[in-house]
Amino acid sequence: MSAFTVERDGDVAVVVFDLPGEAVNKFSRAVKDEFRATMDALRSDPSAKGVVIISGKPENFIAGADIEEFVAAKSEDEFRTLSREGQKFLDELAAFPKTVVVAINGACMGGGLEISLACHYRIATSHPKTVLALPETQLGIIPGAGGCNRLPRLVGLRAALDMILSARNIRPDKALKMGLVDEVVHPAILRDVAIRAARAGRVPARLGRPAGLASWFLDGTGPGRAIVLRQARATTLKKSGGHYPALPAAIGVVEYSLARGLELGLVREADVFAGTAMTTVSRRLVEIFFATTALKKDPGVEPPAPAPKPVERLGILGAGFMGAGIAVTAADQAGVSVRMKDADLPRVAKGLKSVAGIIGESVKRRRFHRRDAIRKLALVSGGTDFAGFRRADLVIEAVFEDLEVKRAVLREIESVSPSTIFASNTSTIPIARIAEASKHPETVIGMHFFSPVHRMPLLEVIAAEKTSKDTVVTAVAFGRKMGKTVIVVRDRPGFFINRILSPYMNEAGHLLKEGARIEAIDAAMTAWGFPVGPVTLMDEVGLDVAVKAAGVMHDALGERLAPAISIDALVKSGRMGRKNGKGFFQYQGGKKGAPDEAVYGVLGITAQAAPPAEYDMVARLTLAMLNEAVRALDEGVIRQPRDGDIGAIYGFGYPPFRGGPFRTLDAMGAASAVSTLERLAAKHGPRFTPASMLADLAKRGGRFYPER
Amino acid sequence: MTEPAGRRVAIVGGCRTPFAKAGTVFRDVSAVEMARYAARELLVRTEIPPAEVDQVIWGQVIPSVLVPNVAREVSLLPQFPKTIPAYSLNRACASSGTAIADAFDQIRLGEADVILAGGVESLSDVPILHSRRFASILVEAGKAKSISQRLGALLKTRPKDLMPVTPAIAEPSTGESMGQSAEKMAKENHISREAQDAFALRSHQKAAAGTRDGRLTAEIAPYPVPPKFEIMEASDNGIRTDTSLEQLAKLRPVYDRKYGTVTAGNASPLTDGASAVLLMSEEKARSLGYEPIAYVRSYASAAVDPGWQLLMGPAWAVPRALDRAGLSLKEMGLLELHEAFAAQVLSNIQAFESKEFARKNLGRSEAVGQVNWDILNVMGGSIAIGHPFGATGGRIAITLANEMKRRDVQFGLISICAQGGMGFAMVLERR
Repeated sequence: MSAFTVERDGDVAVVVFDLPGEAVNKFSRAVKDEFRATMDALRSDPSAKGVVIISGKPENFIAGADIEEFVAAKSEDEFRTLSREGQKFLDELAAFPKTVVVAINGACMGGGLEISLACHYRIATSHPKTVLALPETQLGIIPGAGGCNRLPRLVGLRAALDMILSARNIRPDKALKMGLVDEVVHPAILRDVAIRAARAGRVPARLGRPAGLASWFLDGTGPGRAIVLRQARATTLKKSGGHYPALPAAIGVVEYSLARGLELGLVREADVFAGTAMTTVSRRLVEIFFATTALKKDPGVEPPAPAPKPVERLGILGAGFMGAGIAVTAADQAGVSVRMKDADLPRVAKGLKSVAGIIGESVKRRRFHRRDAIRKLALVSGGTDFAGFRRADLVIEAVFEDLEVKRAVLREIESVSPSTIFASNTSTIPIARIAEASKHPETVIGMHFFSPVHRMPLLEVIAAEKTSKDTVVTAVAFGRKMGKTVIVVRDRPGFFINRILSPYMNEAGHLLKEGARIEAIDAAMTAWGFPVGPVTLMDEVGLDVAVKAAGVMHDALGERLAPAISIDALVKSGRMGRKNGKGFFQYQGGKKGAPDEAVYGVLGITAQAAPPAEYDMVARLTLAMLNEAVRALDEGVIRQPRDGDIGAIYGFGYPPFRGGPFRTLDAMGAASAVSTLERLAAKHGPRFTPASMLADLAKRGGRFYPER
Repeated sequence: MTEPAGRRVAIVGGCRTPFAKAGTVFRDVSAVEMARYAARELLVRTEIPPAEVDQVIWGQVIPSVLVPNVAREVSLLPQFPKTIPAYSLNRACASSGTAIADAFDQIRLGEADVILAGGVESLSDVPILHSRRFASILVEAGKAKSISQRLGALLKTRPKDLMPVTPAIAEPSTGESMGQSAEKMAKENHISREAQDAFALRSHQKAAAGTRDGRLTAEIAPYPVPPKFEIMEASDNGIRTDTSLEQLAKLRPVYDRKYGTVTAGNASPLTDGASAVLLMSEEKARSLGYEPIAYVRSYASAAVDPGWQLLMGPAWAVPRALDRAGLSLKEMGLLELHEAFAAQVLSNIQAFESKEFARKNLGRSEAVGQVNWDILNVMGGSIAIGHPFGATGGRIAITLANEMKRRDVQFGLISICAQGGMGFAMVLERR
C-alpha cells in the first residue's frame, strides 16, 4: 500500500493522502504506520522547512476511521491499544518540530478531524462538501484519538461539548468563526495558501475559546465550567433517556482532561473509548450503521437487478398534506419537476401553500438560502387537469383512501400517460387490488410514505405480485433520491410498519381497558426507549386513521387483532388526535398537554384495583410487536431481518440502541421470548401465541442474525 | 399572394397569468416571478422537453434595476438546462409582440428551432428612484476615503432631494403623457365621448362573455396568490360584468377636466401580468408531435412623430404587415386591435378606413380597408382585460391564435400601438 506521496514545493513538503482503491480516505492502523514513517522521514529532512497535509481525493479529506478495523477488535485491551497508538502518533504530530499545516477540502470526520486538531494550522475550503465533525457518539463511542482533549483546548468547552455530543456537521464558515479552522479559502487556491502558511510558519491567531466575558467565565474558569458541565449532563440525560452511555462518558473525559491536563486526559480518553466500544449499545449502533449502508446499495430486487429508469418528471395526484409533502420532498431532495393535480383550484392552492410553507421553514432554519428556495419552489406546480402528466416518469397518488377512487385515478393516468409508473401511497389497500384496474399491472407499485413526508425518513416500497423488477428498482432508486431510507416489502395487509404497529397499539388498548392509565402506558415505553408512547402515537397518527387501519388489520389477520377498545367512540366524541387538538391527550396551541380524563368515560373504562405493572406492560407491548414482526418475516413481508430492524427504527423510532425488533429478540434469546409469550398467552389469550418461526428458532436455539 | 421567405414558424402553445389591476392580486409578486410562472406553466402545458428550447426572448417595458434581463431569469428556471441564451427587449407596449417577431425571424432563418417568447410587466413593482442630486451625493459619499469626507458629502442633502422619483408614463421627447395624447387624438379625429364609452362597454361585455364561457380563461394559468396562497387567481380582475353606458358616462375626464372625453372607464388600466408563447419551425413541431395552433405569416413595425398623434403607429404598421403577407384587410377572419384607449382604437380604425389618409400618408389610392366589427376584438381587449405593457403582445397573439383555431379562421391580424409613436402589426395564419 502506498497511501502517501510527498511532493515538493521548494522548502515545503506536501504530503498527499490518497488511499488506493477507495472513494474516500479512511484511517486505519496500516495508514497510520505509513503516515508516521512519512513524517519521520520529513522530521530529519533538512530540505523541508514546513509540511502540508492534503488529500488526493477530489471531494474528501478523511471520512474517519476504518470501521471494519474497529469492529474487528474484540477486547477492551485491543480497543485501548488502538486508541493509545493513534494518540501517540498524533502527539508526535503535535510536537513536530516544523510547522504542519492541514489543508481540508471535503468531509473531515472523526479521526480525520482529530489529525487536523493535532496539526499546527488548519485551512478549510468553502466547498459545499467541506464539513467537519466528530460523529463517534453516533456509534456509541467517544472520540479516541485525542479529540476529547484537543477540541476543548482549541474551541472552548461549550463548543467542544456541542460538537462531541451532537455529532453535528460544522460548515466551514461556522468552523472559522469558532476557531476550529484558521482560514477558509476557495478550493482552487487551497494548496498554494497552505504551502505559503507552512513556509511562513503561521500559527493560529487565537487559541482556546471565543472572545467575550461570558466565554471567559463559562469556558475558562472552574465555576463557569462546572455550570456548563452540569447543564450538559442534564440536557444529555433528558434527550437520551440515559440509554446512550457514551454521551455522559464523553462529558466526563472532557471534564477530566481540562482539570488534570492533556497527558492524563489522553490516558482517560483511551480507557473510556475502550469501555464504550465494548458496550452492546455501541455494537447495536455500529450494526445499524452497516445495515443502513448496505440498504443504500440494495436495488430492492433479487439479482440480476435491472437499471432504474431515470425519474425527471413526477406527477402527484391529490394536493393534500400527504401529496404536498411528497411534492416538496421530491423537489427539494431529488430536484425533479413536480406537477400536482387535485379536483379544484382551492385544493391545489392549499397544496402549493404547504409546499411554500415547508420550503420557507427550511430557509428560516438556514438549511438553504432564499435563492435555493426560489429554485426549489419553481419545480413544484399544480393544476386541475392532467397538464404535465403526459410525460411524467412516475405518478404517485395520494388521493382519498378508497379502492374505487384509487382505481379510477389509475385508469385516468393510464389513458393520459400510458408508459408511466403508477405508485399508490395507500397505507391500507392491497396494491394488487388497485392494480386490477390497470392494463399493465407490472407498472403499478406502492410507495408508502410516512407523515410528515419531509421529516419522516422511511419509505416502504410495496412490490405487488405482478409488479415488475424494473418498476421496483425505479421506485427504490427514486425514494432514495428523495432522501429516504427505503425498504421493499410484500403486498400484505399493513405492509410492514403498520403490520407490527397494529398489535402494539391494540395491546395499549387492552392495557387501558384493564385500568392502566394513559400516561403510565406511555411512560413505560418511553422509559424503554421509544421517543413517544403508543397512546401518543395513536394521537399523532390520527384516531380516525387508527380506527380505519385497526379495522383493516382485524379483517385481514383475524381475532388476535380484535380491537380491545372502541376508538371509534372517541372519534364520534370529536377526538381525532393531534390534528384537531383533541385525542387521548389535550392539546393547546399545537403542544401536547395532560391526558384527557374524559377519555376513560367515553371508552366505558372504570378504574380497576390492580392495573398492570410497568414490567408487565413493557413485556406485553414489546412482545405483541416483536411476535408480529416475526410473523411478517416468516410471510416474506420483509426480505430479511435487516429491513425490519431498519424499518422500525426509521419508521417510528424503535429505540436504536436496541437495534430493531430482530436484534432485540436475538439479545433476548428466542427461547426466553417464547416462554414469556406462552406465559402471556396463558394469562391474556391466544393473541400471544408465539409465531411458529420464533417457536422453531427457540427449539433449535437459532437466531435471526448470525453471531458475530 | 406571396409566401413569406424562409421556414414556416408555428405557434404551438401560449398561456399567461391572470391580468390584475396594479396593486391588487399581484401586489406582492415581482415581474420576474410572474414571467417565470407563465413560462413554467407553458412548459407544463405543452409538455415540451425543456432542453429543446434554443432561445428565450422576453419583453418588458419597466425592468427592475435588480433584474435587468428578465429573459435570462426565465431561461434559468430549474426545468431548463442552464445553457439557454436569453435576452430581454423593449419596444414599449409592442415588446412581447416584438419578442414573437424576433422568434419568427430567428426560426425562419434557421438560427433556432424552438423559441420561448413572452413578456411581463409589473406596475405594482416599479422602481422608485432617488433624485439625480441625491444619487450623486450617495455616489460621492460611497467614494469618500474618510468618515469626515463621507459626512461632508451627506450633509449636502436638502429635504427636497429626498423626494422619490416615480417613472411617469410620459414621452421623454414631448413631455406629453399617454392619456394627454389620447385626449388630443380624440379631439383632432372627432371621436366622441359616447363612441369611446360604447367601445369600452363593448370591450367589457365581450371579455366578460369570454370569461364566462371559458374561451378567454383557457389561456390563463391560475396563479397561487402570495403571501397566503389561499386562492389561485384564474381570471382577469379588471373585467366589469356590471358596467353600463350610464355608469361610464358618469366618470370625469382625467386629462382635460373641462372639455375632455378620455376617462378611466374608456382607457386601459395599469396592470400586472405576464404572457408566454412557444414557437418552433414547422418541421420541429411536426417531429415533436405538435399540432400548431397557428403560424406567423408576417409582421411590421412603424413609427410616427410622437409630437403628432402619438398612438397612430398602427395606421402604418398594419398595411405594411398586410403587404408583406400579400393579403388585404378584408381577407382577415379575426382582428385583434390593442386597446390602449378607446379614442386610440377608434382613431386607428378611422385611418384604416380612410381613403384620404391612405392617399396622403401611405401613397396608395385606396383605403387599407373597412373594419368588420363582427370579427374585431371578439373577446374584448386591453380596456377590459388589462394592459401589462410588456405582456400585452403575447396575450393578444395567444387570444387570437386560440380563437382562430376555434373558428377555424385562416388569417388573423394583430395591431398594437406603442409609446414613442410606434406601431406594430402581425398576421397569423391557421394552416
